Amino acid sequence: MNVTVARLTARGLLGRRRGILLLVVPALLLLVAVIARLTADTPEDLAATVVGRLGLGTLLPILSLVVGTGVIATEIEDGSIVYLLSKPLPRHSIVTTKLAVAVFATWLLSALPILVAGLLLCGTRDGVAVAYTVGALVSGAAYSALFLLLGVVTKHAVVAGLGYALVWESLVGNFVPGARTLSVQQWGLAVAKPLAVEGAIAADVALEVAAPMLALVAVAATVLAAVRLGGLTLAGEE
Amino acid sequence: MAVITIDRVSRWFGNVVAVNDVSMQIGPGVTGLLGPNGAGKSTLIHMMSGFLPPSAGEVALDGVPIWRNQEAYRAIGLVPERESMYDYLTSWEFVLANAELHGLADPAAAARRALALVEMEYAQDRKTGTYSKGMKQRVKMASALVHDPAVLLLDEPFNGMDPRQRLQLMELLRRFGAEGRTVLFSSHILEEVEQLARHIEVVVAGRHAASGDFRKIRRLMTNRPHRYLVRSSDDRRLAAALIADGSTTGIEFDGQERALRIQAVDFQGFTTLLPRVARDAGIRLYTVSPADESLESVFSYLVAS
Repeated sequence: MNVTVARLTARGLLGRRRGILLLVVPALLLLVAVIARLTADTPEDLAATVVGRLGLGTLLPILSLVVGTGVIATEIEDGSIVYLLSKPLPRHSIVTTKLAVAVFATWLLSALPILVAGLLLCGTRDGVAVAYTVGALVSGAAYSALFLLLGVVTKHAVVAGLGYALVWESLVGNFVPGARTLSVQQWGLAVAKPLAVEGAIAADVALEVAAPMLALVAVAATVLAAVRLGGLTLAGEE
Repeated sequence: MAVITIDRVSRWFGNVVAVNDVSMQIGPGVTGLLGPNGAGKSTLIHMMSGFLPPSAGEVALDGVPIWRNQEAYRAIGLVPERESMYDYLTSWEFVLANAELHGLADPAAAARRALALVEMEYAQDRKTGTYSKGMKQRVKMASALVHDPAVLLLDEPFNGMDPRQRLQLMELLRRFGAEGRTVLFSSHILEEVEQLARHIEVVVAGRHAASGDFRKIRRLMTNRPHRYLVRSSDDRRLAAALIADGSTTGIEFDGQERALRIQAVDFQGFTTLLPRVARDAGIRLYTVSPADESLESVFSYLVAS
């Protein structure tokens, strides 16, 4: 971890227009939760749809994508990463620091609103709100590592990330049950499921599979990102 | 003493050879890396600064390969060509962050010293995004100098600078060179290099075309035949009168262009001869244009010689 890298990353991520855009995502979730709370007769029945599908299933991956790629891809794209890389800093410390900022921002901007939305809809009943929040914390960390890696390895990180989150997890996952085994979202739900009352949260992957997969993806993506960053080239500018 | 050694280095991108079997040594003092656009200067600087691995050969600083060697940055200061530099920071914050990233004992003092060197203290609290190109260039310099490096690599540092800033930067680089640092800068402008570097390395089309004392190389450049395209009221009579003089070595009548293609060996002699001959013969000159004055042709002449 490097304090200066963290400061530069956080300012780049939250200090500009992107910071305001990032607030739109949690605001949207909270708005939907408030409307559901005020209009539905039994708002707790909507928790799976609002908190599970909209929050954990859609807004969390999109926010993690913007944050995960935003902490590094922008600097690689505009070339300012040179100022970090032309220093006697271990590459893994740059990557882990940027990942820590991304994870923290993702937690703040999506896990926290998911908790609030859950509490709005079902209070503390059945442990649903906390369970979804824990699911969002673990999948938010895995998404961040994955999308940070995409930001290092490809110029089209946002497109690739959207492809994964929307096409693979949502679209393919809907029709091909097997695809759900390789879904960060499902892994998060698998972690959330045992924390709530039986039957409150559904997950298609067993916890015994999900937990190691989450750890594996997060660690492997971080290691790979550090290796690739160490070999980052500045070519083709002539 | 810091010496960068480029040993039989080639670099290709797919089928394109950007740098072709180049060997050179860059030692203390100011060295100009000269070549037309696209010659491979930036590729060479990227390899020297550890941002590109050579496809073949080795680039080393004091015998230690630079690629994937972060420790080399303790001795290297890099001024990249691209402008982006955390536009949302003030130059004070930016240079201070660079000092911190180097792990210096007193980053604030180092940042103050570096900003003073490039005379940017007056604007240090403004965001770099609001700066002119020349100001950005100076802040980039400050960030590269903050750890007092033995080697300074600058990719086209004079681009976008006004004449005053240019002189100031040249003075600064000259001073670093005199202090015994290894300063290498690239440029495609002959005059810039002429004013600053005694020692130059010339690259053309990825190949190492010349190396050594600038004046000797410049003489070689000026000794090449000069070519002119001339149109006049009577091309054939003008040709006859010109060829009688020793400074003209060949004349061709280009029917398509309806002009004379003249080859002169003595630049000074020819430029005084042409108007005199034309006046004496009562011929009007419509066009006199140098046909090969572009830097590329100067370089290709160098390569051919």
